[in-house]
Amino acid sequence: MRIASAIAVLIVGGLVGWFALSTNGPTTSFPVRLGLDLAGGTELIYRADTSSVITDKQGALDSLRDVIERRVNVFGVAEPLVQLERSSAVAGAQEDRLLVELPGVTDVKAAVDSIGQTPLLEFKLGKLVDGEMTFIDTGLTGRYLKNADLQFGAGTGGTLANEPVVVLTFTEEGARIFETLTRENTGETLAIFLDGAPISTPVIREAIPGGIATITGQFTPEEGRDLVQNLNFGALPVPIELVSSNTVGPTLGAGAYQAGLEAAAIGFLLVSLFMILWYRLPGLVSVVALVIYVLATVALIKFIPVTLTASGIAALIISIGMAVDANVLIFERMKEELRNGKDPRDAANIGFGRAWPAIRDGHLTMLISSIILFWLGTSVVKGFALVFGLGVIISLISAVFMSRLLLLAILPEKGSGTWRFLTGSGFRP
Amino acid sequence: MFVIKYRTFFFWLTGLILGVAIAALVFLGLPLSIDFTGGSLVEVEYVGERPDIVGLKEDVSSVPLGEISLRESGDKGVVLRTRTLSPEERDAVISALSQGGESPLTVMRSNSVGPSLGSELATKALYAIMAVTVVIVLYIAWAFRKVSRPVPSWGYGLVVVLMLAIDIIVPAGFFAILAHFTGAQADILFVVALLALLGYCVNDIIVIFDRIREHLKWNIEKELEEPFETTIGRSIDETMGRSINTSLTVVLALLAIYFWGPEVTRNFSLVILVGVVIGTFSSVCRSAPLLVPLAKMFKQKEA
Repeated sequence: MRIASAIAVLIVGGLVGWFALSTNGPTTSFPVRLGLDLAGGTELIYRADTSSVITDKQGALDSLRDVIERRVNVFGVAEPLVQLERSSAVAGAQEDRLLVELPGVTDVKAAVDSIGQTPLLEFKLGKLVDGEMTFIDTGLTGRYLKNADLQFGAGTGGTLANEPVVVLTFTEEGARIFETLTRENTGETLAIFLDGAPISTPVIREAIPGGIATITGQFTPEEGRDLVQNLNFGALPVPIELVSSNTVGPTLGAGAYQAGLEAAAIGFLLVSLFMILWYRLPGLVSVVALVIYVLATVALIKFIPVTLTASGIAALIISIGMAVDANVLIFERMKEELRNGKDPRDAANIGFGRAWPAIRDGHLTMLISSIILFWLGTSVVKGFALVFGLGVIISLISAVFMSRLLLLAILPEKGSGTWRFLTGSGFRP
Repeated sequence: MFVIKYRTFFFWLTGLILGVAIAALVFLGLPLSIDFTGGSLVEVEYVGERPDIVGLKEDVSSVPLGEISLRESGDKGVVLRTRTLSPEERDAVISALSQGGESPLTVMRSNSVGPSLGSELATKALYAIMAVTVVIVLYIAWAFRKVSRPVPSWGYGLVVVLMLAIDIIVPAGFFAILAHFTGAQADILFVVALLALLGYCVNDIIVIFDRIREHLKWNIEKELEEPFETTIGRSIDETMGRSINTSLTVVLALLAIYFWGPEVTRNFSLVILVGVVIGTFSSVCRSAPLLVPLAKMFKQKEA
């Protein structure tokens, strides 16, 4: 039974290892996702100004993300990441942010310009106050735009012949808003704002059903074409402002990745060597458990997938140290029992039991720390916390479950001289 | 029993080390990176030979940036630190650094952080450290609830907080000294290092406290009378081997990161290294011994 379960552990470990190692290379569907600090690339953080959004702020932000995502895809980046972030609850002012990660892009200016071309389209009601025109937000923005089209005036209905006309078609929801807006404000001015400036200020003559609006005048056919193109990629529902940019060159990133892997391998080797020399047979068993531990962590990193950063690799190496600690605790306890004259297998069993409360408390506090870090942290801290937390959980399983089963399978019930040596510790017999 | 016998010596030694660390923090200060203060950093590496740094400073001053800091990095690179740059200014700076294309270069990294983003990160980091500490203390008080004599269970939590404070202040003081000589700056990774240390050190202390807990429970069950000092001394002696071996393995792993790991995590591993050594010292020579005077205090109160 105990041998069967040990073999089962080894087989499962082997399978996990096979998954971790066979899914490398360019064609795999489970690659290790590298953070920008390792892969090279640019990270941009924008602040979204949602102060003018009256209702459905989340909807506006979601559509902001979609628009930027489309725009970034046009830029031709392999695996861009566009996500919304909220400044943490502990910060003074609440801010909504947009995080844009562009792997492989190192030309910040080109990237910023490309995103900056996304037009901000707003419809505002013009009211005359003390002889001056003031504009009021209506909630109708580029978010409700389905598509834009360039047409040329036929010379009727107020347009000049061959004058470029941009025809905006709203989504269903947008059409409803537009209709209500024009019905309730007939006779007023409905200004169309592009990037904060009014480009057209027509007066509403009647309620407009059907969800189609036109912008006329003030541009050449070329400008009209560009505007239509940009609007079709999506118009911004809220203004954005660049607050942070971070670029890592590809050589620096690749070097860091290489060095990180090397350090991990060497660190693992040193630790393994120490464990085998000092703890002998149990040490060897724990190294086998550690190998499975590392492979399982890598497999999870690939499977979830966790984006690996330099701090993530450091977390992996430190968590190896933690996993070792659980084993050391158990072996030291086992040694005490052996010294008290217990047989090897008994000693192993009692050793595991005695070491458990300390392992549990230690791992739990570390797990709690990593959860808090993840919750409060920014991307660097999150990269560390996630790998560290995963490592702690797997370490718990590896030490208590794998080392134990393997060791119990190997150790005999009654110990003779050789077994005493093998289960002893220290650099001398 | 060695540690318990000479505990006064260890308390003084702790005071001395702590004094030096605090002095370093107060007088040298902890230079914060743009992660916290906001600003821009541009690191470039020259393809050929690195131009003279004084000349480069003049070249860069053609872009109106106010105060700048330009340092050599590695064999062929320079690092420029300025106020927060716009993408246009950044391009102008890089072109100035390449002396109008005369000295070809590659941009290794560039980083711009708005001031509000930086100060938010600093607040967050502070809150994270405090939150982790509070939760750890609560957990310890709960985990030791069954052994509340002669020291109440929150007393263990209190000792842990004191130790964690030392374990954070000493590496931070060390970093202040390091930064003073190498020009390093405390960035977000530095905070990560401190937080990782919190986790490691509390684990270290728990192992010894767990042994004390076990002995106390045993003594209660068997109705044995054993002086608290003896219990603690025994616990420390029994866990000494484990404490040293674990630290050794972690130190081995950290040395690997320091010597073979990427440049980015070099200072990071050094801070943790110092912290682990101090932390081990903390847990073996300070945490449990500190329970002895604490127990005496509570006994006097009860009497």
